[in-house]
Amino acid sequence: MSLPQVDLETGTRSKRDPIVNNFSISISTVNGSGSATANSTILRALFKMGIPVNGKNIFPSNIQGLPTWYNIRLSKEGYLARLDNNDIVIAMNPTTFAREQQSIISGGVLFYADDIKFTIGRDDIISYAMPVKKLTKEANVPANLREYIANMVYVGVLAEMLGIDLDAIYQSLDLHFKGKKVPVDSNFEVVKSAAKWASENLVKKDIYRVEKMNGTSGCIMADGNTAAALGAIYGGVQFAAWYPITPASSLAEELIQYLPTLRKDPLTGKTTYAVVQAEDEIAAIGMATGAGWGGLRSMTSTSGPGLSLMAEYLGMAYFAEIPVVVWDVQRVGPSTGLPTRTSQADLTFVNFVGHGDTQYIILLPGSVKECFEFGWRAFDIAERIQTPVLVLSDLDLGMNQWMSDKFEYPEVSMDRGKILWEDDMDKLLERLKGAEWGRYLDIDGDGIPYRTVVGNRHPKSVYFTRGTGHDEYGHYSEDPEVWERILNRIRAKFTTAKQYLPKPIIRKNDGAKFGIIAYGSVDPAVEEARDLLAKAGILTDYMRVRSIPFAPEVGEFIKEHSKNYVVEINRDGQLKQLLTLETPDYATHLIQTSHIDGLPLTARWVEEQILAHEG
Amino acid sequence: MIDQPATSISRQPTNAIGLTRSDYRGAPSTLCQGCGHNSISAQIIAACYELNIPPDQIIKFSGIGCSSKSPTYFLGRSFGFNGLHGRMPSLALGGLFANTTLKAVGVSGDGDTASIGLGQFKHLVRRNLPMVYIVENNGVYGLTKGQFSATAEQGLNLKREGTNPYLPVDICMEALVAHATFVARSFAGDPKQVKELLKAALSHNGIAVLDIISPCVTFHNQDYSIHSYAFGKDHEAALHEVSYVPAREEITVEDFEEGTVREVELHDGSVVVFKKLETDYDPTDRWQALRMLEEAERNNWLLTGLFYLDTKEPSLFDVFAMPDYPLNRLPESRLRPSRESLDKINSMML
Repeated sequence: MSLPQVDLETGTRSKRDPIVNNFSISISTVNGSGSATANSTILRALFKMGIPVNGKNIFPSNIQGLPTWYNIRLSKEGYLARLDNNDIVIAMNPTTFAREQQSIISGGVLFYADDIKFTIGRDDIISYAMPVKKLTKEANVPANLREYIANMVYVGVLAEMLGIDLDAIYQSLDLHFKGKKVPVDSNFEVVKSAAKWASENLVKKDIYRVEKMNGTSGCIMADGNTAAALGAIYGGVQFAAWYPITPASSLAEELIQYLPTLRKDPLTGKTTYAVVQAEDEIAAIGMATGAGWGGLRSMTSTSGPGLSLMAEYLGMAYFAEIPVVVWDVQRVGPSTGLPTRTSQADLTFVNFVGHGDTQYIILLPGSVKECFEFGWRAFDIAERIQTPVLVLSDLDLGMNQWMSDKFEYPEVSMDRGKILWEDDMDKLLERLKGAEWGRYLDIDGDGIPYRTVVGNRHPKSVYFTRGTGHDEYGHYSEDPEVWERILNRIRAKFTTAKQYLPKPIIRKNDGAKFGIIAYGSVDPAVEEARDLLAKAGILTDYMRVRSIPFAPEVGEFIKEHSKNYVVEINRDGQLKQLLTLETPDYATHLIQTSHIDGLPLTARWVEEQILAHEG
Repeated sequence: MIDQPATSISRQPTNAIGLTRSDYRGAPSTLCQGCGHNSISAQIIAACYELNIPPDQIIKFSGIGCSSKSPTYFLGRSFGFNGLHGRMPSLALGGLFANTTLKAVGVSGDGDTASIGLGQFKHLVRRNLPMVYIVENNGVYGLTKGQFSATAEQGLNLKREGTNPYLPVDICMEALVAHATFVARSFAGDPKQVKELLKAALSHNGIAVLDIISPCVTFHNQDYSIHSYAFGKDHEAALHEVSYVPAREEITVEDFEEGTVREVELHDGSVVVFKKLETDYDPTDRWQALRMLEEAERNNWLLTGLFYLDTKEPSLFDVFAMPDYPLNRLPESRLRPSRESLDKINSMML
């Protein structure tokens, strides 16, 4: 970021070029003060102006009273990663005022509520006081709503000072309040009066402004949890059980929001699904496992602490070969940890969860659009392989607003896997020429048996499901050979599975010096860091891993590059650990590049880590 | 495809759907000789046979323990799932959503329900899932060789464990407090009552909790304990005589006297007939049921009967307005919303 030159003595504009559509805004408020409406209004208005934009909520585990921040990044190049310095700060919270000032870059801007009685200790920033109380009092709203409407003051002031289109703000409010005229108008009145006040009373001394551009056409703005829920709905989800937990709750809540409209039976108008809020995560996964066993497309969504409780049923679903989809929207652990902060630290737990020899299919969406895609694809894979599929999202991806390509309608039919109804059973028995069908019999040699589900009236379809040792026909068995045979056959499914899993995305550059490997929500930071490195003359190859078991391409990439920086948000380098197990002969090709402070990675951090290593 | 009756030429009697008793049997039991659980399995077989339930229209569930092993010993032609310790309720709830037209019998034990699974049990009860929930209650952990369970009475002595210091959990009381709509207790040594209660439970549109005292002959069959055969035989006090009358059959209760019989109609048109014994008891009064259980505990009675029956409370599937056809047979065309709908969603995403 270039430092603008500001003449504070005379209060004149910078002689440097203005910074247009390429800066960050941090809005500091008190949790529970209703700032979410104001913040999303700004975000949406910028998006409507065609400016690539991204909003991240850095919030406390609290309902009311603790500080919260909303970080908006405008990037004409379309970079979506977090920035760790702020160009503009809007300070509405006295308790964090001192800290807020320090986060502003030199030449940056501070907007603050004029009732905050602190001195400004920086002479290299520009500050504007906003008469929040005064303008709120003058607004024609009931006293009990004043606190909420107060946030519209900074919307109006910012709009005036940066040039945000008031029409776009009106449209955003209209969308937020679902067209309800009274709240739309009362909020918009405050925005207008604040903008008017700013135009009459503030002199523009900073260099930041926005301009309409064509950077968002064909794009949507969404969070990963909504995308995942919608993906599941288009994947035909029939049963979801859940227990409230940050940051996963909104995934199930979005299911509840959209299902009634989208999923009425076209023939009867009746429901085609059920969503049950369970008493805990043990019950949630139990219900989901039962429904998956019964032949429904079944899922649950949780975060680390809930996943800990699900270990028991996941092991059973693995061994009894039951399809079920589990979304883990990762937050910071261990223990209760930082419930409202993001991480990628559940990867090894998810990979190894359950006692005994277990293995899971893990999907790793790296964007909102992929959350939608993996939302439906996870069911196809779970039913095809007859095993739990765990989808690892995280708080940053799941709860923050991302600019994204539109959700794409599934171009393939649902894969219900090897499920036998009455006619299918007849055909299979014909094919078997007198041999018996067995629930755990590997008929096709791909490790995947055929399954029947409840209600099947074919006399040969019934079997008994158990988590205890069983033979190919589901009969109880403690026979050593049977045990080993069944367990090895289950492992074979995971080799077959690879062909059904999303391949890694690999981007190569001629003359690349090394590789970068990452997964999930760090993708934007890595891509931006690669551009920064490229500007410094360092070209890189990049592989974004999207599923486990790893595709053959993963090992090849590691082999090809003598150095691979494995970038992730955790302490122990968990993806690097799993890659080391995958390619033990090339373990020295992997360089742990991990870090966890609860915040989304920045491109600068990635760049610095790599440069430090590269010397 | 319909279940065919056994094609053997034996002259075994058949029920109204042409099945023999053998069609309802399971694998031979591997439980101990004389175990109360085996006698309960036999009554499940009899009740399903007599109710003419097609075996493929009923699902078996269980948790972990001796009791939970028993579903392999009955209804060998039914789907079943022997799940995790204390987690049968959640498994059954999810499984039954797959096809809400099916009946379900769950078998659990006192460890499975009153200790590790107490939470899931009570939540299942308050959701009123239509299923028969049997607790084969013997006050002891059999499969791990004789530890106290949560239903063991205070002061009970067991060989390796010493004296039980804790007060017991009463499964029927727990069920009542959690708003169960069918709560009964019986004794494995009273097969007739077990069968009548099972039949009524199988016709009930909601959760039917059957706490059946089922003595463990190996680890805990001490004559002074409420969980023994001797105690049950000597102390069983039936609250009333319960008879189940299927729909469309005339009710003819012998010794019918004005005011001595009470009938409650179940969801499917069948009727439970309560014949009054010593006490005047209203099985639709939850408060009275709790008081009666309290009295039984104070007096050390093994009180049996159908303590409570509520036929009005909607079942879980009524609450969810589930269709009367199975969800698990819906094809893609009825599960995946249209392409146009996604276009609309995309236009709303801002």
